[in-house]
Amino acid sequence: MHSRRQAFWSGVVDIAPILIGVLPFGIIAGVVAVEAGLHTVQAIAVSSIVFAGASQLAAIDLIGRDAAPVLIVLTALVINSRMAIYSAALAPELRGLGRLRTVLAAYLMTDQAFAVSINRYHQSREDLDLRFAYYFGAAISLWITWQIATVVGVVVGGGVPPEWSLDFAVPLVFIALIFPAVKDRGTAVAAIAAAIAASSFTSIPLHLGLLAAATVGIGAGVAAERAR
Amino acid sequence: MTTLSPGLIWLLVVLIGVGTFLIRVSFLALIGRVERVPDWGTRILRLIPAAVMSAIAAPALTHATGAFDLASERFFAGIIAAVVAWKTKNVVATLAAGMAALWILQALA
Repeated sequence: MHSRRQAFWSGVVDIAPILIGVLPFGIIAGVVAVEAGLHTVQAIAVSSIVFAGASQLAAIDLIGRDAAPVLIVLTALVINSRMAIYSAALAPELRGLGRLRTVLAAYLMTDQAFAVSINRYHQSREDLDLRFAYYFGAAISLWITWQIATVVGVVVGGGVPPEWSLDFAVPLVFIALIFPAVKDRGTAVAAIAAAIAASSFTSIPLHLGLLAAATVGIGAGVAAERAR
Repeated sequence: MTTLSPGLIWLLVVLIGVGTFLIRVSFLALIGRVERVPDWGTRILRLIPAAVMSAIAAPALTHATGAFDLASERFFAGIIAAVVAWKTKNVVATLAAGMAALWILQALA
């Protein structure tokens, strides 16, 4: 029992430095939700229903621009498809959790909780209860931080004067997320090709340019890896 | 400001939430049946974040004024932010640098 609590707190401590970066991201998600025209309750609920920052920002951005509904859902899910990799990588580590803990582990899954947990599992062999306790400590800390940050964003959202150009924070957050995602030649080519394609596709209707450009980027990345 | 109805927005949020949960739970729930993502799947999935993030960010910089324009304040501020993001890989530093650059450029304009 004692060591389960220790594992939980190790998760909290290990993710703590990352949470500092999550705060402004969450505040922005709240602010832009209000600016896009979501009701207060909706703007707050998005963070607990979806709980995936990049997809929330992209979806809210598209909602604010009246994009086609199908495209809004599709874009968000494409952004979140990366978590299938995390699910696959965590599965052997979290094998044998009951249904409730499996659902909790899935719902709370994020880039950050995945990263700290998989790192821990590679370093030391602990039993399943401790592995889950560590993951839960990291993941729930991020969840709480994200909820508080978006509520703060929603509350201050309406009061931010437009001259502050706070909407610019959305592309800035994505710029900040590109570089950690670029790990090698394939991902670098994917990022560059997608950027060029997206800027060329701005006149494609229904905001389809985004997904078309992402597809071009992924194709270019696959080709670059093959060419090696 | 959106003109989509609140009911439709609720529906979209719930669909995204359910879809995202299914992605997250996928392999955790399938354990014993499907052990791992096939290699080609992993290769595509790991390219997605880089491609999608830059597809979202790029037009916001190159088309900040509505048309293609590489002389806009937002384009320059975005480039400065990108350099900071590349050097620091830090979200807070990137946001601070990008917003500060935009405000200074707007004040000078």
